[in-house]
Amino acid sequence: MAGLLDWLTAPQTIFFLTVTMVVFVALQLSAAVMVYAERKVAAFMQQRYGPYLVGPKGLLQPIADIVKLIFKEELKPKAADTLLFAAAPVISAIAAFTAFAPVPFGASTTFFGFLDEPMPLVVADINVAVLVIFAVTSMGVYGIVLAGWSSNSKYSLLGGLRSSAQMISYELAYGMSLATIVMLAGSLSLREIVDAQQGYWLGFIPKWYAFINPISFLVFATAGIAETNRAPFDFPEAEQELVAGYHTEYSSMRFALFFLAEYINMVTVAAVSTNLFLGGWHGPFIPEAYGWIWFLIKLAVLCFGYLWLRWTLPRFRYDQLMSFGWKLMLPLATINLLVSAAGVLYFGL
Amino acid sequence: MGFDQLLFYVFAAVAVLGSLLVIGQTSPIYSVLALIVAFFGLSGLYVLLEAPFVAVVQIIIYAGAIMVLFLFTVMLLNVPREGASDWDRGHPHVRVWPVRIGTVLGVVMAVQLIWALSRTVGLGAGVADQRPAASEVSELGRVLFTDYMFAFEVTSILIIVAMVGAVVLARKREN
Repeated sequence: MAGLLDWLTAPQTIFFLTVTMVVFVALQLSAAVMVYAERKVAAFMQQRYGPYLVGPKGLLQPIADIVKLIFKEELKPKAADTLLFAAAPVISAIAAFTAFAPVPFGASTTFFGFLDEPMPLVVADINVAVLVIFAVTSMGVYGIVLAGWSSNSKYSLLGGLRSSAQMISYELAYGMSLATIVMLAGSLSLREIVDAQQGYWLGFIPKWYAFINPISFLVFATAGIAETNRAPFDFPEAEQELVAGYHTEYSSMRFALFFLAEYINMVTVAAVSTNLFLGGWHGPFIPEAYGWIWFLIKLAVLCFGYLWLRWTLPRFRYDQLMSFGWKLMLPLATINLLVSAAGVLYFGL
Repeated sequence: MGFDQLLFYVFAAVAVLGSLLVIGQTSPIYSVLALIVAFFGLSGLYVLLEAPFVAVVQIIIYAGAIMVLFLFTVMLLNVPREGASDWDRGHPHVRVWPVRIGTVLGVVMAVQLIWALSRTVGLGAGVADQRPAASEVSELGRVLFTDYMFAFEVTSILIIVAMVGAVVLARKREN
């Protein structure tokens, strides 16, 4: 027992638990912020007001939404598979939260002298972080597929099947662009990839991988949108054809979990892009210890890009999506990978 | 019993129980899901062997890619639950010979496995020496492309043959 107590009161443990709790709560809050931002941005783009009744400028709207969802009735189709119907939203949410665990969001810190040795600002400092994120993201598809199948409804099933086909197709391009950056940085650790992007050209252009390898950045961003099932790639829930897609039969908190997972996945993809391509927490004017401010700024810009795209572009047709993924994105990413490999080999980039 | 040992038994139990559940039930969807759970157990064992790269690759390839395709196929074909007729030997749909051959093959494989395991000595000692190679990704790549080059290339040819075969089978017939 004494050993356990020592472990619990050690500064490292307290720091670790604090970081974990902060990330967990921040991810949930980020979903609420994103819902509000989404509605406000959509309203702005369509010359409407958006939510403005609940709280000042409608700021409490997400809380009202959550309260509404909690008090709604939990419905389940009679012929649904009880166990999988309940498990599917949970799998989605778990995958969404877990994917953020290996993402660092700030420089190593001693927490204002609280720790003896500086520790990285990340839940799990893994040396194959890039691969772990890739693996956990690909687990998210099970939530959607199982939701589609267990609902025992044709709209849900079609939504689930579409989603799995889409995610498999775009995972290839996604992985290829990841591999390019891993090669350039010579590391699978996100912390080392971020640190490899320090410094400037000509004193003001940051050495970000988005500038060194813009094709990779574009492919990653596009495939990221497809992976998170956002417009213009939101086929699993194409409302004109599939009612609501894989979550047609879901209501109340189970539906809310899918919703939560979608927004958290968006934040995670934006956070990973920030680390891989936009120099993570490095930036001018702000001291290294407060680098997480830069991280949040870059994250917010990318998240706004998500919303901007959704309310600007119409949805692709399904065959367009497939030929775009297989005939343009994958060859582009493959050629980019080969060219980058040659560059690393001959010029030592 | 150390913490590592406890984790080993937990992951081993997950892997074994998952594998048993794959064959021990009637619904094909649940079988696929049980296999995924078994893969996660195996992945945990790789982490305990200080080979995080292998563990993650196990998840990406098997649980992430192959099993999604399995699930996709099972759902698309809407494979029904196994009913009592599958166990009824007098049922007209049950063919006797495949069952007999399958039983013989199963027994042969079990005997082979026991024989192979009884001949291996000092498994643990060999693994301990190889640890750095398994944990460092760059080291793993170097070994794969030098010492095991032949096996690596042969495997890739095998996969290409399978891919070409699938394309040929799935191709539209013109006439």
